[in-house]
Amino acid sequence: MSAAHMSEASLSEHEREEIDTHEQRAFGFWLYLMGDAVIFALLFATYAIMIPGTDGGPTGKQLFDLNNAAIETGLLLVSSMTFGFASLQVKAGNRGAVLAWLAITFVLGAAFVFLEVREFAGMIAQGAGPDRSGFLSAFFTLVGTHGVHVTMGLIWIVILGAQVALKGLTMPVASRLHRLGLFWHFLDIAWVGIFSIVYLPGLL
Amino acid sequence: MFGKLTIDALPFYSPIAAGGAAVVVGGALLVAAVLTYLKAWKYLWTEWLTSVDHKRIGIMYIVLALIMLVRGFVDAIMMRAQQAFALNGGGYLPPEHFDQIFSSHGTIMIFFMAMPFMTGLINVIVPLQIGTRDVAFPWLNAVSLWLSAAGAALVMVSLVIGKFSTAGWTGYPPYSGIEYSPGVGVDYWIWAILISGVGSTMSGINFIVTILKRRAPGMTLMRMTPFVWTALIASVLMAFAFPAITVACGLLALDRLAGMHFFTNAHGGNMMNYVNLFWIWGHPEVYILILPAFGIFSEVVSTFSRKRLFGYESLVYATAAIGILSFTVWLHHFFTMGSSAGVNAFFGVMTMIIAVPTGVKVFNWLLTMYRGRIEFHPSMMWSIGFIVTFVIGGMTGVLLAIPPADFLMHNTTFLVAHFHNMIIPGVLFGYLAGYMYWFPKAFGFAFNRGWGIGAFWCWIIGFYLAFMPLYLLGLKGMPRRMETYNDPTWQPYLLVAASGAVVVLCGIGCMVMQLYVSIRDRNKTRDLTGDPYNGRTLEWSTSSPPPPYNFAVIPTVGDREPFLEMKEKGTAYQRPASYQPIRIPSNTPIGVILGAFGFVLGFAMIWHIWWLVLASGAIMLAAVIVRSSNDDQEFTMSAAEVKAIEDERFRAMGSRP
Repeated sequence: MSAAHMSEASLSEHEREEIDTHEQRAFGFWLYLMGDAVIFALLFATYAIMIPGTDGGPTGKQLFDLNNAAIETGLLLVSSMTFGFASLQVKAGNRGAVLAWLAITFVLGAAFVFLEVREFAGMIAQGAGPDRSGFLSAFFTLVGTHGVHVTMGLIWIVILGAQVALKGLTMPVASRLHRLGLFWHFLDIAWVGIFSIVYLPGLL
Repeated sequence: MFGKLTIDALPFYSPIAAGGAAVVVGGALLVAAVLTYLKAWKYLWTEWLTSVDHKRIGIMYIVLALIMLVRGFVDAIMMRAQQAFALNGGGYLPPEHFDQIFSSHGTIMIFFMAMPFMTGLINVIVPLQIGTRDVAFPWLNAVSLWLSAAGAALVMVSLVIGKFSTAGWTGYPPYSGIEYSPGVGVDYWIWAILISGVGSTMSGINFIVTILKRRAPGMTLMRMTPFVWTALIASVLMAFAFPAITVACGLLALDRLAGMHFFTNAHGGNMMNYVNLFWIWGHPEVYILILPAFGIFSEVVSTFSRKRLFGYESLVYATAAIGILSFTVWLHHFFTMGSSAGVNAFFGVMTMIIAVPTGVKVFNWLLTMYRGRIEFHPSMMWSIGFIVTFVIGGMTGVLLAIPPADFLMHNTTFLVAHFHNMIIPGVLFGYLAGYMYWFPKAFGFAFNRGWGIGAFWCWIIGFYLAFMPLYLLGLKGMPRRMETYNDPTWQPYLLVAASGAVVVLCGIGCMVMQLYVSIRDRNKTRDLTGDPYNGRTLEWSTSSPPPPYNFAVIPTVGDREPFLEMKEKGTAYQRPASYQPIRIPSNTPIGVILGAFGFVLGFAMIWHIWWLVLASGAIMLAAVIVRSSNDDQEFTMSAAEVKAIEDERFRAMGSRP
């Protein structure tokens, strides 16, 4: 927060309360992300033990397309960078640039979700849906949970974009953008796990 | 239009089930009628349901817990009555109904009695003990409450519409899968747990931030009360263990709804994965429940022995050690799964190790009492009864920690006796001690001691009568959850156990009388000082009940027992030269709206009413968006208003006889 750079003494009671509130909310959000990380950890573990449970159906090697996964990875990593640029513009107080970077982030995230949905639809169309085998149940649930998170993040980007446009970069709005940023970068980390545990070993 | 819901869901197939439904519907109508008669709807809405005040939220949690305690106890006494007469197919319950009862008993007692009771006590007391004006996220606190209430409501509704799960409170697949449990019972169980579990996770986060970030100046970590410490560790466990049951129940729901194969017999499913996921939550959950009770015992024993807690630091470290170790013992719930001897040995040893810090605490309490001037307040009675009884339960637990011995006792009534022997004295007695200890603080008048002591004696005698025979039956080989049996030598034990349930019923009667008598006599027993026990910690420094802002001036802490220190130094009850305006979170209906639509969402998922799922989900999302876009969530109480409240308090204190 830019306000954090100001000396403590120059702050009014109300401003100090606002900073405290922001810090508590950020800390609470970190804790939420840790809990979410536990959910992903358990879904990863479940996936790992269910890889052999293909029930004679298709395996990862037959289903996964490394090109698609690589493009998805690229989109999501670049979107994390563009969100980082938005965060820098929040500090600079540049409302227009914040909106522009958020819009770019949204487009990249939406493209990621589109590719994922297309991949899922293709697998279901060839009879490899989540009800085909335990392995596919675990695959769809793990990757789909991440996809649902990204979709929620997209909705959140729209809402905060509207707030930036209507309210400006006020302290509460900037505080919310900070937490959205934590969320968005967290999804990147979860995706790196999916790429390295689901797609790469599945194809090797 | 209504999914699987048809008129056949109403329980007219059995007079007992219809009677249960009639009690639920009649009880709800009676409450509504009384509220209408008293014209209390508006008061209830503006002062309570929309409140974000941690003290009121805490009280509502405890009201929920006490209602569900009665419901869970009715289940218990029905089971005891059935087993007492079930020799050779006797008894009055058909198997399917009996199975629903033991499933709902466990589910209710853990999720909707113990959890809300604990969360309620933490809510009321922790902010007062750390010297803050509210929790870190007051609105989220209300959401947690109403999601818990929504889950409890789903369990209650299952009595009227459809049937509850027959798969036990743990819901093991493949039996709980769609193939063997095609009805809605398991879905009721899943959605009640998922919805209330979200609330519990958020409560955990809320308390961690509150305790770590909002303590009064001078209150270092090692000056926090034992209750705050145990609440902190329990909250950490809540925030990080509840995701596991969310995953377990979520995957089971996907199996049932979307035809997936996580836990099915065939198609590559792995049912033992469910058992692991469930107990990765389930064992920390035991400590989530019991650690705050340990904190309460520490407060009570210290106050009523008139001594500082013996070995405070060892108690803190023991609590933290239990917090970590609680994640390393989950497999002892299923030694019989067929893991290798090495795996079983590891978890057996860890289980024995976790008994050590618990044993440390027993010595903390005993040595606090040693040479103390003990006052036999009801809370102290619960504490002493707990120590004696809990040690027995602990020792049978260490016995069960030995895998070969566990193989013999697994799924027998020995196990049932063991965990009731931990949870009734350890958890419930602790919460009841806290309830009787802090009641004057929450309401401003004394809680009748005679009926409280009566409740204690009924509960502890009833407990021994009900569960000691189950130890013996378990050793004789009686499996748990038997609807009928054909060994006549078991029946005498089960008759004794049933008589124990009747004695506990008397204890519940005493609790009702205690409430009635205390409320009736409230004008004679007002607590005008806010400090009825010559207390040691900050909650006793403010008035009873505390004002909305808790502390007109945030206290500065210089000791582990700050209020006692203030009284000794003569700085207690000092008034400042002038008061400052105080910002207080505004009430909001969005918490209760989220709870209501959370209930609707769960109900619609259970009955496959997909349009209603989408509609209630959209409303909940919209409510969250509206709330989170609102920047002005507080109002300011002026210095004059604060002064008026404080003047009144000191006037009343001065006028006391």
